[in-house]
Amino acid sequence: MRANCWAGRNEVEVRDVPDPTILNSRDAIVRITSTAICGSDLHLLDGYVPTMQDGDVMGHEFMGEVVEVGTGVDPARLRVGDRVVVPFPIACGACGACAAQLYSCCENSNPNAGIAEKMFGHPVAGLFGYSHLTGGFAGGQAQYARVPFADVGPLKIEAELTDEQVLFLSDILPTGYMGAEMCDIQPSDVVAVWGAGPVGQFAMDSARVLGAASVIAIDKEPYRLRMAEAAGHIPVNFEEVDVRSRLLELSGGRGPDKCVDAVGLEATHGSAHIHAFDRVKQAVRSETDRPHVLRQAILSCRSGGIVSVIGVYGGMVDKFPAGAWMNRSLTLRTGQCHVQRYMTPLLRRIERGELDPTRVITHRLPLEEAPHGYDIFKNKQEDCEKVVLTP
Amino acid sequence: MDLTATTTVRRPVSEVYTFWRRLENLPSFMEHLDEVRTTGENTSTWVASAPFDRKVEWEAVLTEDVANERIGWRSAEEADVPNQGTVSFVLAPDGKSTEVHVHLVYDIGAGKLGKAVAKYFGEEPHQQLDDDLRRLKQVLEAGEVVRSDGAPWGKRARKEFPQRPAQPLAAEERREVLGV
Ligand SMILES: NC(=O)c1ccc[n+]([C@@H]2O[C@H](COP(=O)([O-])OP(=O)(O)OC[C@H]3O[C@@H](n4cnc5c(N)ncnc54)[C@H](O)[C@@H]3O)[C@@H](O)[C@H]2O)c1
Ligand SMILES: [Zn+2]
Ligand SMILES: [Zn+2]
Repeated sequence: MRANCWAGRNEVEVRDVPDPTILNSRDAIVRITSTAICGSDLHLLDGYVPTMQDGDVMGHEFMGEVVEVGTGVDPARLRVGDRVVVPFPIACGACGACAAQLYSCCENSNPNAGIAEKMFGHPVAGLFGYSHLTGGFAGGQAQYARVPFADVGPLKIEAELTDEQVLFLSDILPTGYMGAEMCDIQPSDVVAVWGAGPVGQFAMDSARVLGAASVIAIDKEPYRLRMAEAAGHIPVNFEEVDVRSRLLELSGGRGPDKCVDAVGLEATHGSAHIHAFDRVKQAVRSETDRPHVLRQAILSCRSGGIVSVIGVYGGMVDKFPAGAWMNRSLTLRTGQCHVQRYMTPLLRRIERGELDPTRVITHRLPLEEAPHGYDIFKNKQEDCEKVVLTP
Repeated sequence: MDLTATTTVRRPVSEVYTFWRRLENLPSFMEHLDEVRTTGENTSTWVASAPFDRKVEWEAVLTEDVANERIGWRSAEEADVPNQGTVSFVLAPDGKSTEVHVHLVYDIGAGKLGKAVAKYFGEEPHQQLDDDLRRLKQVLEAGEVVRSDGAPWGKRARKEFPQRPAQPLAAEERREVLGV
């Protein structure tokens, strides 16, 4: 089959690879009908996530048709012919973490748990197409994928919804929603979201659905801010205004009640000088992540507020504002999304028309053009917000 | 060499105890064990893979068996690498999971074989026992040892880096790894 593979830093390549087969009895093989490129893939492309290898199949946002199931898959749960959306964390459904609905921390799905444990203190779940640290599972930017624990994760889509309406249930819609949910939103809340990428856009929409008084979008790309504004959110361009003063203005001097970091470790800084300094530290590995947004969100949030982090971090950060966090009673919440927890309720919201995931799609490309898709998405060309690939 | 490791398995104590007590089950999650055969009420034969593609075989005697609580064993006198172990099963605070506490002692001595065994366990003998217990958990909670494209070897997951790429196995590689 054809699959988009990691080919070293800053390079992906569509190659011929073997077709996937069943390796465990609860596996299914899915023929992929739609797949997407995510901001998380850029961290792999840019080489910030260790343990990638040449030839690793990329992609963790995909859906399609079940073409084969292992002997251990209960036919009441999943059969050949079913149309499914596949959540990006691989979860067994039976361990303590799964029982607590902490699917992205599943204790059984990562064959390389020992490596992850060394890096993070405790292991994390297996993820599709996301380095060997998270299991070394081939991803879904391909014609077919092997889906382990197929009786737990995949969500059957029986309704007359298009691929584009449901594809993002695999990751970014639940992720954005979890970012807002972790904020415990109250009707009086001003919610600020850093990052107007696809994840940030869905965090904003979710904050509104959950009843926030107003939602602010912070980014530097005018077209992404326009997209947020068109959806009813208040744009703030961090290259044009001082973010802190603007946020104070928009929140009666209190600071936003809730802050969402939907940017993560590759944040850029408004000041080129500070950015260059952090970039050098990152390059020499004295600091692996660039926590501009995390710092700014903590310093901006009103006392007693919540900072919700869905942007991905991988290693260590310098100058974490522990004083502001501690002295001002802030709560920090975070996680790789526990996608399985949100798929069904969010499918209902899509069916009821409360959320429209298709609004972020700007590019539809054949799988063969994945490298071009990465290029425009990463470099913010052609007003690219979200790329959907068709195998 | 003295090793301890602990894990929590989300299954009832009786089930975890019974699984371990059927010693034939141990090779399903213990990497270096190839086979265990029960030979008498308290005796069994253990076969392990050793360095340089050799196999070592020894007799073991059950020293303790308290149902749903504890199992103890030690190798019989003539074993090349005298060893003993205990495993205790404790109800976890959640009232339904089982804490598994393992303690192993290997008398690896100073001889040539001792050195080879120490080398076999590597710089981090702990890691191996931790990984064994991780697989015990996988087998009991999820049904089998989980495989990925990058690490498809099941319990023989020794090779950490570099692994094979995270892309599907070609037919002949699959035969080699899975035997089918
Ligand atoms: N927690 C999870 O489960 C999960 C799931 C999916 C994605 N993510 C992460 O969410 C983040 C966003 O994903 P995406 O697909 O939207 O990515 P993206 O790269 O399209 O969006 C990131 C946006 O942040 C903006 N940005 C950069 N620096 C900024 C700053 N200092 N202030 C404000 N905005 C800034 C960029 O201009 C860009 O528009 C990534 O880190 C991704 O890895 C997490
Ligand atoms: Zn994603
Ligand atoms: Zn689990």
